[in-house]
Amino acid sequence: MRKKLYRLDRAGLSSLFDVLKQEGYLVYGPTLCDHAIQWLPLSSLDDLPAGWTTSTAPATYRLLRDSAGSLFHYWTGPDSLKKVLHPARACITHAERDNGSFRIWNETPQPVKRAFFGTRACDLAAVTALDRVLLQDRFEDDIYKANRAAAFFVAVHCTSSAPTCFCASTGTGPQARSCFDIALHERSPQEYLAEPGSASGSAALEKLAAPLAPPEWAKELAESCTHAAAAQQRRIDLNTAPVVISLNFDHPRWDHVAKRCLSCGNCTSVCPTCFCVNFEDHTSLDLQQAERLRLWDSCFSQNFTYIHGGSIRLSPKSRYRHWLSHKLARWQEQFGTSGCVGCGRCIAWCPAGIDITEEIAALQTTTHAAAMTGVSNHGN
Amino acid sequence: MSSKNAKPRVAVFKFASCDGCQLSLIDAEDQLLAISGAIDIAYFPEASRRMAKGPYDIALIEGSITTHHDADVIQQVRRQSKTLISIGACATAGGIQALRNWKDVSEYVRLVYAKPDFISTLKMSTPIAEHVPVDMELRGCPINKEQLVEVISATLAGRKPNLPTYSVCIECKRRSNVCLMVACGTACLGPVTQAGCGGLCPSMGRGCYGCFGPMESSNAPGLAERFRILGVPQADIERSFRTFNAWAWQFRKVSEEVHPQ
Repeated sequence: MRKKLYRLDRAGLSSLFDVLKQEGYLVYGPTLCDHAIQWLPLSSLDDLPAGWTTSTAPATYRLLRDSAGSLFHYWTGPDSLKKVLHPARACITHAERDNGSFRIWNETPQPVKRAFFGTRACDLAAVTALDRVLLQDRFEDDIYKANRAAAFFVAVHCTSSAPTCFCASTGTGPQARSCFDIALHERSPQEYLAEPGSASGSAALEKLAAPLAPPEWAKELAESCTHAAAAQQRRIDLNTAPVVISLNFDHPRWDHVAKRCLSCGNCTSVCPTCFCVNFEDHTSLDLQQAERLRLWDSCFSQNFTYIHGGSIRLSPKSRYRHWLSHKLARWQEQFGTSGCVGCGRCIAWCPAGIDITEEIAALQTTTHAAAMTGVSNHGN
Repeated sequence: MSSKNAKPRVAVFKFASCDGCQLSLIDAEDQLLAISGAIDIAYFPEASRRMAKGPYDIALIEGSITTHHDADVIQQVRRQSKTLISIGACATAGGIQALRNWKDVSEYVRLVYAKPDFISTLKMSTPIAEHVPVDMELRGCPINKEQLVEVISATLAGRKPNLPTYSVCIECKRRSNVCLMVACGTACLGPVTQAGCGGLCPSMGRGCYGCFGPMESSNAPGLAERFRILGVPQADIERSFRTFNAWAWQFRKVSEEVHPQ
């Protein structure tokens, strides 16, 4: 059976927001804050950055006015859903001395129903990637599990691309295809196509009593997204990346990038799939209480590979190589998916302007085609 | 600690500095009672008239070494102290007064003092670690009082303190700060500066001034190159690295490269 597609005007969109609020969701959305469009709780859809767009390039992100007055004419910003679903800082365990003995208890994650209004295809792909790592591997992450189970996604298809986008090449966009509860297409600031992606999404849309959309709108959307994909200036070939990386462990390009890389960890922090954390134990001055904190970590920090006696990856070169290799190659071996969703955040938010697509391409162009075939055959 | 149940005896010494770092201890208002209950403050002239003799379990050293007298005293302090911790940019890198290391200090003395003969000073301002072995360093101008409390708590608990050596960017991102370099084109030393302040200045919309000195494997030349691309004049790039931690070798080297002497 074909899915029902609805036509929402601006008032209909606000009604959708109200329905989500009534169902107890804290609704997050893109909002103007501190020189960027960031994910923050919305009090109404008036908080969306209407009439704003963004311009991105390596190490550059700027807000610009958008004369069309669109609600969703911008792309990924400095943060992603990771900051809410897999928080940067969490207390996980407490300990307390108790009359000569002691007790230890774990923090129980408090599920908060959150709806994410305006999620892009790449960010939904990132959630799918985090699901694989934090829910479907040997261990389940309690905090992520609680946050994820209570999450509702209102996607927005991208009908245009930023210069830093390369989701078409990673197969993760620009059209949202899965993981959403509702997907929206902004035809104009007054007119939206709404498509349910789950039972709860359908139920929410049913409540709006909105008219059905003309069937040709879906075709127009697909065409717009195809156009947005074709306009992307950057790409990564995920099929050959693992081979290219394994053939080029000693490539001079790693030295080239290490000269520019600041090891600051911005790429891992803004990456919507980088999930690594570290733990810190803290004790009170009277030695009666202790707590264990979980904090976002970065493979660019020296202590990331600290084991007894020292760190393994001492040079920034080895850290960059590790990060790129994990993101584009090892991740596939480890989790069966790609660690890169083509959102381009690591390109825009690297203060040194290092471009992951450029780095892998530099390795690729010097890799002899015959060698690649040889390795591929050998691999088979 | 001298015996199992005794409180650790703590001493606070000051060399060439502004006193701001040792004030952090007094400034830890919420925890001050807990601190004074947990440690025995044996020598801390800024806070107490009590001046008990050593040996000490922990010596907190503020300031850089700038005179022959300082150079002698720090040797005595080291001999009396089980654990010696340098606190602040002066003690760990020579401080702002290390700017004289690039100049002829005798010229300053002639210009500033009516009777230069009374002034006896060393040519350079140097960090404590250039004079005696240092067990731990707390960075910052001034230090972060939370880090000081963390070091005291860790010492009492017999655990390693949590003192990050990664970049300020990591702290900025954890608190969802938008990168000022990327979003505003602001020159910021965060990507080469050691964490510990919690991303204080970027949280207030200002680029990092590098108070906590160079981070582990800091790529200061790489950042200087980015500043140049952002249109920062050469003289300002040099100046940005020549502040509180000017004499830390990574910042010293890049400032000399940017503007050869």
